[in-house]
Amino acid sequence: MNKLVASIREAVQFSGLKDGMTVSFHHHLRNGDFVLNMVMDTIAEMGIRDLTVNASSLFDAHMPLLNHIENHVVTNIITDYMASGLGREISRGIMENPVQFRTHGGRPSDIALGRTPIDVAFIAAPTADPMGNCSGKYGKSACGSLGYAFADAMYAKKVVVITDNLVPYPLADFSISEQYVDYVVTVDAIGDPRGIVSGTTQITRDPVGLVMASYAAKVIENSGLLKDGFSFQTGAGGASLAAAKFLKEIMLRDGIKGSFGLGGITGYMVDMLEAGCFQSLMDVQCFDLKAVESIRNNPNHREISALHYASPAVRSAVVDSLDVVILGATEIDTDFNVNVHTDSNGFIMGGSGGHSDTAAGSKLCMIIAPMFRARLPIVTDHVNCVSTPGKEIDVLVTQGGIAVNPKNPELKQRLAGAGLPVIDIHELKEKAERITGTPKQRKKGDRAVAEVIYRDGTHLDTIYNVK
Amino acid sequence: MRRSMLFLPGNNPNMLINGNCLGADAVIFDLEDAVSPAEKDAARILVRNTMRYMDFRGCEIIVRINSIDTPYWKPDMEAIVPYKPGMLLLPKTGTASDILEADAYLTQLEEKLGLEQNTVGLMALIETAMGVENAFAIATASKRVRALFLGAEDLTADLQCKRTKEGREIEYARTRLVVAARAAGIAVYDTPFTDVNDDEGIWTDARYAKALGFNGKASISPRHVEAINSVFCPTMKEIEYAYEVMDAIELAKKQGKGAIALHGKMIDAPIVARAQQTIAAAEELGIRREED
Repeated sequence: MNKLVASIREAVQFSGLKDGMTVSFHHHLRNGDFVLNMVMDTIAEMGIRDLTVNASSLFDAHMPLLNHIENHVVTNIITDYMASGLGREISRGIMENPVQFRTHGGRPSDIALGRTPIDVAFIAAPTADPMGNCSGKYGKSACGSLGYAFADAMYAKKVVVITDNLVPYPLADFSISEQYVDYVVTVDAIGDPRGIVSGTTQITRDPVGLVMASYAAKVIENSGLLKDGFSFQTGAGGASLAAAKFLKEIMLRDGIKGSFGLGGITGYMVDMLEAGCFQSLMDVQCFDLKAVESIRNNPNHREISALHYASPAVRSAVVDSLDVVILGATEIDTDFNVNVHTDSNGFIMGGSGGHSDTAAGSKLCMIIAPMFRARLPIVTDHVNCVSTPGKEIDVLVTQGGIAVNPKNPELKQRLAGAGLPVIDIHELKEKAERITGTPKQRKKGDRAVAEVIYRDGTHLDTIYNVK
Repeated sequence: MRRSMLFLPGNNPNMLINGNCLGADAVIFDLEDAVSPAEKDAARILVRNTMRYMDFRGCEIIVRINSIDTPYWKPDMEAIVPYKPGMLLLPKTGTASDILEADAYLTQLEEKLGLEQNTVGLMALIETAMGVENAFAIATASKRVRALFLGAEDLTADLQCKRTKEGREIEYARTRLVVAARAAGIAVYDTPFTDVNDDEGIWTDARYAKALGFNGKASISPRHVEAINSVFCPTMKEIEYAYEVMDAIELAKKQGKGAIALHGKMIDAPIVARAQQTIAAAEELGIRREED
């Protein structure tokens, strides 16, 4: 049996890809990814049209997609996140069919349930053997975890592994097993390492960010959840990382032994693992070199699939055991609904990723955001787009005070009792508006450019074009 | 209570609107060194409007105006005094007559605005050799003088020596200012620790200032505020001891005793005074005795 094929073109040919089918990609190579563009360029050259691209996330490295949209090679996009360069163009209404935004848990769940079947999955693999056993831990393009690619490999009709580091059979420490793989292609480079992982993710030195981070750590300290067995997820943003640093100091001071750290993993979470704050890290994606090195060498740093991470359709996912998650927001409204899809002008500039999955699974979901961005208050009457419903959000931390969702009166009491600056969210909005004034509501366009689909497959919101 | 006083550039809107979120007991809106001559008027308007529109509850506002040898100090006062700052910080105060000049104009303004006389206090920024030598005279020049403040950067330039992290070159000035302020019965504040990237050095420097007798310390970095607050906050042990002293005194009074010992040590008047200061500070910071 020979799975090795000569080129991407040959792999596409053998896969039987035809007009109207669906191809899929993972985003572990982030903004350094070459694979999506190489494959789509080849498909376009071969004259195949009307495809659906299902990608776990899209970055501005994928701007060439715009040509394929214009030429009707790509007529549908399904993704969990879209960076602002692409998002801006999509928001102008260049596609006939709205983009379908899912979540990191909803995407694999819908793939597994057959709601979004994949015809051919193209899996960028930093290391693979000739039968398709592959891993992200090794090779010049190492990215660590391959968590988002598992569902694609397991459920696509055909699976093509694309690697720039072919090793002799068997690659014993594989992530994705050969049992799912049809073809293996080698290329010179699957990506640019500089765009794949950051050298080190830096914590903020911005004083306002540090104030928010210190409040965030104190909220966790006083939430009643910070005890042995504690589990935690945080983002890679500056203030979130600073919160993790402060939390680590509290955990070490009080000798608290947590159970696991979850998520996209940074070096700061690795530091917490190594310092004994957690027994293990459950890693769906690595953000920096330190995380990649750790997942390669530390058996307590486990790779998990996106299904295991956050799917609402599996028997249990790790998010269901999560105590605290720290998340961001571009806007939050007085009902605590959070927008992470669009900017204040309505242009797409992100997506849920794991936002609503972790919000739903965790016991305490905290949003950290500054009271205002540029000239606009962060708290509004109605967000431009509901990415995560307010009922899943427990607390908003800003430099101007901490707003607790009224659904959680016990938390409010705990935080106020600890002397933290608790403030009603309406009052927080007014406080900001006293400085910025009340912004006018932006007029939406009349064409849907994206649909936001919740993790359970239900429709959450529609994003309209920007005129 | 001013454990920490944070300098914020008067021409930086982002810092000004976040000034009350940074944990400092007081902020010093700076119209002097942080602002170039071309921006003096813009900064003055910005600081005035910040005071007019923003809620700084729980955070005292002090404004560093320009020194009285510049054309800016009177317009500074005219813009700021109507919004009743906690104090004005008067830079390059060298003699008692500097204070008297500022005092006279403040009195005029207060009369014009219908404010009670001495509403706005002065904090004398001592940053010249002349100022150090005249510290007591400055401290007692007027009722408006509520505090002395050491500015070590300009002072070391004037002394023709290098400013070091250890600060031996300002040892004399520090102790001289503490003595002058105490003799005059006013507060005294220490110079900022200027290495904004040294998150550890600030602790050493603040502890040293507290050991010399300073009431608090200024900062040019929000990241230093927490260390300063923490150092200048009475410890639980100190608070507990202060209450024990007061309890013992109470008991002695009841028993009609003149002198009393606590933990084998005689309690005398200075110990009682210190205990009262500690309790007052703790109450102001909302720190309660553990069994309360």
